[in-house]
Amino acid sequence: MEFGLSEDQRMLQDSLNGTLERVCPLERVRKAAEGGEAMADDVWTALTELGVPGMIVPEAQGGLGLALLDAALVSEMLGRHVAPVPFIATAVMAPAALMRAGSMAQQEEWLPKLASGEVVASVAIAEKVSGAREDAGVTASGGKLNGKAWFAMDFGEAGLFIVADMDGGLHLVKGDAKGLARVGLTRIDLTRSLGEWQFDDVEAEPLSGDTVGALNAMRDAGRIMLAADTLGTGWMMIDKAVAYAKERKQFGRVIGSFQAVKHMCAEMAAELEPCRSLVWYAAHAFDEMPEEGPLMAAHAKSLTSDVGRFVARTATEVHGGMGFTDLLGLHYWFKRIGLNRQLLGAPERVRREAAVMQGWAAD
Amino acid sequence: MDLAYGPEYEAFREEVRQFIAKHRKDAPERMRVARPDAEWKAWQQLLIENGYAARTIPTEYGGYGGEPDILKSRIIAEEFTAAGLPLGLANQGISMFVPTLLELGTPEQKQKWIEPTLKGEVVWCQGYSEPGSGSDLASLQTKATEDGDDFVINGQKIWTSTAKDADMIFCLVRTEPDAPKHQGISYLLFSMDTPGIEVRPLKTMTGAAEFNEVFFTDVRVPKNQIVGERGQGWFVANATLKHERGMLGDPNQAGTRLKEIVDLMQTETMDGQKLIENPLYRDRLVELQSRVYAMQFHGLRLLTAASKGEDPGIARLIVKLQGCEINHQLAALAIDALGELGVLYGKSPHLRAWGSWQSRYMFDLGLIIGGGTAQIQKNIISERGLDMPREPKPAKA
Repeated sequence: MEFGLSEDQRMLQDSLNGTLERVCPLERVRKAAEGGEAMADDVWTALTELGVPGMIVPEAQGGLGLALLDAALVSEMLGRHVAPVPFIATAVMAPAALMRAGSMAQQEEWLPKLASGEVVASVAIAEKVSGAREDAGVTASGGKLNGKAWFAMDFGEAGLFIVADMDGGLHLVKGDAKGLARVGLTRIDLTRSLGEWQFDDVEAEPLSGDTVGALNAMRDAGRIMLAADTLGTGWMMIDKAVAYAKERKQFGRVIGSFQAVKHMCAEMAAELEPCRSLVWYAAHAFDEMPEEGPLMAAHAKSLTSDVGRFVARTATEVHGGMGFTDLLGLHYWFKRIGLNRQLLGAPERVRREAAVMQGWAAD
Repeated sequence: MDLAYGPEYEAFREEVRQFIAKHRKDAPERMRVARPDAEWKAWQQLLIENGYAARTIPTEYGGYGGEPDILKSRIIAEEFTAAGLPLGLANQGISMFVPTLLELGTPEQKQKWIEPTLKGEVVWCQGYSEPGSGSDLASLQTKATEDGDDFVINGQKIWTSTAKDADMIFCLVRTEPDAPKHQGISYLLFSMDTPGIEVRPLKTMTGAAEFNEVFFTDVRVPKNQIVGERGQGWFVANATLKHERGMLGDPNQAGTRLKEIVDLMQTETMDGQKLIENPLYRDRLVELQSRVYAMQFHGLRLLTAASKGEDPGIARLIVKLQGCEINHQLAALAIDALGELGVLYGKSPHLRAWGSWQSRYMFDLGLIIGGGTAQIQKNIISERGLDMPREPKPAKA
């Protein structure tokens, strides 16, 4: 029995942390966010050199062939450094769908390109996973797609789209397909891109394998990655709050010596640290204990979202007025946690699904 | 990450299961007792002989003499819990005093006390807290003054569970009144029959007297009944407190409680609707389930670290705070979901689960306060886990 990380996994996190400290400091994040960059190309290049886009892609298709837990460790580090790069859709959800429901030809065509980072894939499944709004929703007939898909993840520079239609079918759409219009959405968190696609008789290629399994896999893997991202983002906020409280003086002492402030920090750590074990377990279950995977992904996503919100506000409060300024940049972490919470099902919705999975509520 | 125990441990688990199947009939009906009767003593002896109690305590002191193996200990606990059987005597003598004596006692003390304590022949109570010394335990004022070969003890202890049933007490007293507070304390052992001791039950908000107050008036204790040196009692006691914190906030207890609430909410109805069909209570249930799972997996992580001899750092420090809080919230949910039925208590008609949700809800609050309050836990987490500065000492007037 060993519930923990291997030496290789610790090294993976350390090396990624080192790389991101170097290539993705706050100034770089700010430049990407303020400059409206769809992604920070230099950060993406550095991550590509480490094999990050191909984490879970099989080695035969040019990836690293690693487990979802390894991808969760990467996601945690990207959150820690609020890295303005695509990852969750292109490196985890899209490959997970292709590997489950793509034909050999589709896998051969796209997985190597995703693994090398040459193509970024965006995924739009919000209408099936977190609910359809207004006139959103895509219909498929005769190999053509019509309608709108909102909240596509890793949207910015995507060259490939995976979209779910309202019947649960999955389709591959090339970025330059005719009749496809892209509408970028402005969101609080400018470190990851979200968008809307509008389809007007767009030619698409269906994924013909186990699309139910593929959609569920995208939902669960995506939720686990968002939870891991919040874990990393939240811990960085705690680290920053503790460091600030040990420097900032008021009433002639560092504010970190006041119990009112210390206890805020202790509460954040006590709430967030158990989420780490839940994220690890959920990621491990996704690969190794598929019958537990969906429930554990739901728990990881909902608990980490709630704890993340608590950490985001509390860490900001520890920083006092400085935490409220743009100058300090703490808000990038605050907003990233906010985005993670809403995507692929906010906590109340996800908990209802968890109840359905256990027979505690009607579907 | 490998959640399988492997063949060696699965074989061990099978062994434990066979033992349970064979000896289930010998198990006492009551899960816990303050003073073991003959049946309980026999059960305890059977468990020790088979290595299911006193597992790592050397045979020369009446233990089983096994190598420490945290996974085997966990398997034993899992199987006995699953079978609903009591896992040996669980009292402060065994869980706290014996480990302390093993670490810091003289060979004579170990010889004299460990075996009868393990067998349930000698029952101990712990004399630490005082009315004026709770979180600031080191400020304790119970005095022991030298008189010939004896100490003469005067003062009062509080929160002394099992004092009414105990033969002996391990007790902190101030022997060096002029030394700094942490260096003036000694750890004494004496009989509860010593003249001058009065025990008064302390009734708590639950209505039961789970604790006592103990008063000392000119209690004479031979000076050699001390563990460690004079003035070293604080450090001896800290060895014991370390063992206590490990016991509080056990996530598996929360797991059992969660299952009970699920059963309750699936069977109990209101207006013809099962409680679990109420979306608000159900949402709270699932949220608490997330927290229970998180703490259970957190426990597995700590177990792995311990089995490798690694220090898990801050991960270890949060267990008491989080575990006790989750238990309290689980009881609160059960009460809320029951509506008016949730307030019934004692021997009331329509009582559910013997009124245990209310008594647990209240007793949990006691556990949040006891064994280091939630606020003291937060000091520990921030100071030792996050390396934040200690509260400065107030300036002398």
